[in-house]
Amino acid sequence: MRFFLRRFAFYVFTAWAAITINFFIPRLIPGDPVSALVAGMRGQITSDQIQSLTVLFGLDKHESVWMQYVDYLEQLSHGDLGISFGNFPLPVTSVLASALPWTLLLIGVTTIISFAIGTLLGIVVGWRRGSWLDGLLPVTTFLSSIPYFWLGLIAVSVVTYAGYFLPISGGYDPGLVPSWNLEFIGNAIEHGLLPAITIVVASVGGWLLSMRNMMVTVTAEDYVTVAHAKGLSERRVVMGYAARNALLPSVSGFGMALGLVVGGTFLVEYVFSYPGIGLQMLQAIARHDYPLIQGIFLVVTLAVLAANFLADIAYLALDPRTRKEG
Amino acid sequence: MSMSKPLTMKPSRSIAADAVLDIRGLCVDYGVDDNAVRAVRDVSLTLRRGEVLGLAGESGSGKSTLAYGLARLLPPPGVISAGEVIYSPPDGEPVDVLTLAPLALRAFRWAETSIVFQGAMNSLNPVHKVSTQLIDVIAAHSPGMSRRAMLDRARELLTMVGIAPDRLHAYPHQLSGGMRQRVMIGMALALEPKIVIMDEPTTALDVVMQRQILRQIVELRERFGFSVLFITHDLSLLVEFSDRIAIMYGGRIVEEAPAALLYRDALHPYSHGLLHSFPALRGPRRELAGIPGSPPDLQAMPSGCSFHPRCPRRFDPCAVDIPVLGSPADRVREARTVACWLHPAGGAID
Repeated sequence: MRFFLRRFAFYVFTAWAAITINFFIPRLIPGDPVSALVAGMRGQITSDQIQSLTVLFGLDKHESVWMQYVDYLEQLSHGDLGISFGNFPLPVTSVLASALPWTLLLIGVTTIISFAIGTLLGIVVGWRRGSWLDGLLPVTTFLSSIPYFWLGLIAVSVVTYAGYFLPISGGYDPGLVPSWNLEFIGNAIEHGLLPAITIVVASVGGWLLSMRNMMVTVTAEDYVTVAHAKGLSERRVVMGYAARNALLPSVSGFGMALGLVVGGTFLVEYVFSYPGIGLQMLQAIARHDYPLIQGIFLVVTLAVLAANFLADIAYLALDPRTRKEG
Repeated sequence: MSMSKPLTMKPSRSIAADAVLDIRGLCVDYGVDDNAVRAVRDVSLTLRRGEVLGLAGESGSGKSTLAYGLARLLPPPGVISAGEVIYSPPDGEPVDVLTLAPLALRAFRWAETSIVFQGAMNSLNPVHKVSTQLIDVIAAHSPGMSRRAMLDRARELLTMVGIAPDRLHAYPHQLSGGMRQRVMIGMALALEPKIVIMDEPTTALDVVMQRQILRQIVELRERFGFSVLFITHDLSLLVEFSDRIAIMYGGRIVEEAPAALLYRDALHPYSHGLLHSFPALRGPRRELAGIPGSPPDLQAMPSGCSFHPRCPRRFDPCAVDIPVLGSPADRVREARTVACWLHPAGGAID
């Protein structure tokens, strides 16, 4: 329990540090958002409008940086991330709210599937070391070494060549309105299939390789030989002794991967024009949309921290040696 | 700590000389093609009911490989290339362990032959409680047993090896090295096997703990009457508490004799060298002499007797012909065998 509280305190501190850095970095960039917006309007804007924008962005108060920081924290505590320039006048939170579910579902589900498939294959390949299954390794390693954008484009061209049996861009058909009905959900799943398959194909090799290597290491441990000598069933030896211990390093990696899910995968979303966080991020950068960039950074940071915290707890549950006595 | 109480157990040579395990012509190779290295060469060895048979030799002499081979636990690329391992249960037909089908092999393991391994530290899985690891072996062999009965049995086993039963739910890292090895010994006896193979069970422990554990093994053996195949490089240990000793060199048994006889009168120069490289705890002082040179390269074994390049008493036939293990013509009335040209076989021994 003490360990748990200590880790928690550590993560709270890290989150605070991340928020603070997130506040200061944009303020170190020269220029201000109003002039960026004015430049974007190409002079089609009156001085009154400039004045009202300045007030709206809170740039008229000439407060000290410290006061701005306090205001920023206060706004954050209300869940207020400011207004997106690029999607003016939408607040950043609603832009995030519309993009996040797409990314979470697509990347989250594929990360879990890829981890599960890769780890299971890794267990089998590591256990049957030296059999024909070893041939899987170069294949999956080759697939994960292909630059992702190229793999994505190949997938797109294959599908279009064969006659559009899967949609190749967007999250759903433009004619549909997002809602929780069967038609829309089916359509969304259909749109997600191609990016999902390419992600799994590209990332399964990493999980497979690390799990296989750990399996080979663990299989040589004395306790695995003892488990054999005890006459346990092969299934029990693999699951209770070999894979059980080989899984530990992968758990940390999986926690890391889950945290990064929120950030989306720029390339996936770009290649397939998928309406997730990654695509928003690219657009935000192109439009100098500082509040949105800041908001995305914040969400990604918090997600990584939360996922790491969960991985810590999972590790605590899986490996008794990490539990402190007393 | 006083070492005055001798560890020797009552001589069990009077026990009927029927074999519980009969190894015949066992060969173990590492690798299968032309580069295969033969680590165990044509070893025949008999373990009798209720006896402690010591197996000694330098590192790389093949003694652990022999033990892993007869339990069919050889890690790849180890393969058994020839031989038989006949196990004779007290009631029932003898079986060749090497030809057992997978299911029969699983039933045979631990229930008939259990093993205490070299690494006291790594034999227990660090992520499972002691109770889980004691229980899964019981559950694998007597599936009908209730969990409560299995826990009771596990507690009983711990008490037997001198560990408080409340340590049952401890994790291995919460136990000391000595305690872990005791747990392993208790686990080895969980199914009351007829044979316990001990592969350097005390190597990783300090001297005091070694003594305690050995004494415990001796007591338990007297109580349950299992046979022990005790593997070690520490010949002085074997002299004290085994009934018979077999000496291995270069994958072969070079000498086998009752412990006291071997201690008094080792025939093979290698056994002699091993005996004189340890100081005795009791008895008159004597000059310590090591064995010059190093163990043979298994890929390029010397011709003739594999020990001849290091042997202080080698003569003409040693480099030419391989001496065969047999009872020496100059000691016909002693129950012993040796493979050395200094003591050529007089009578054929099976």
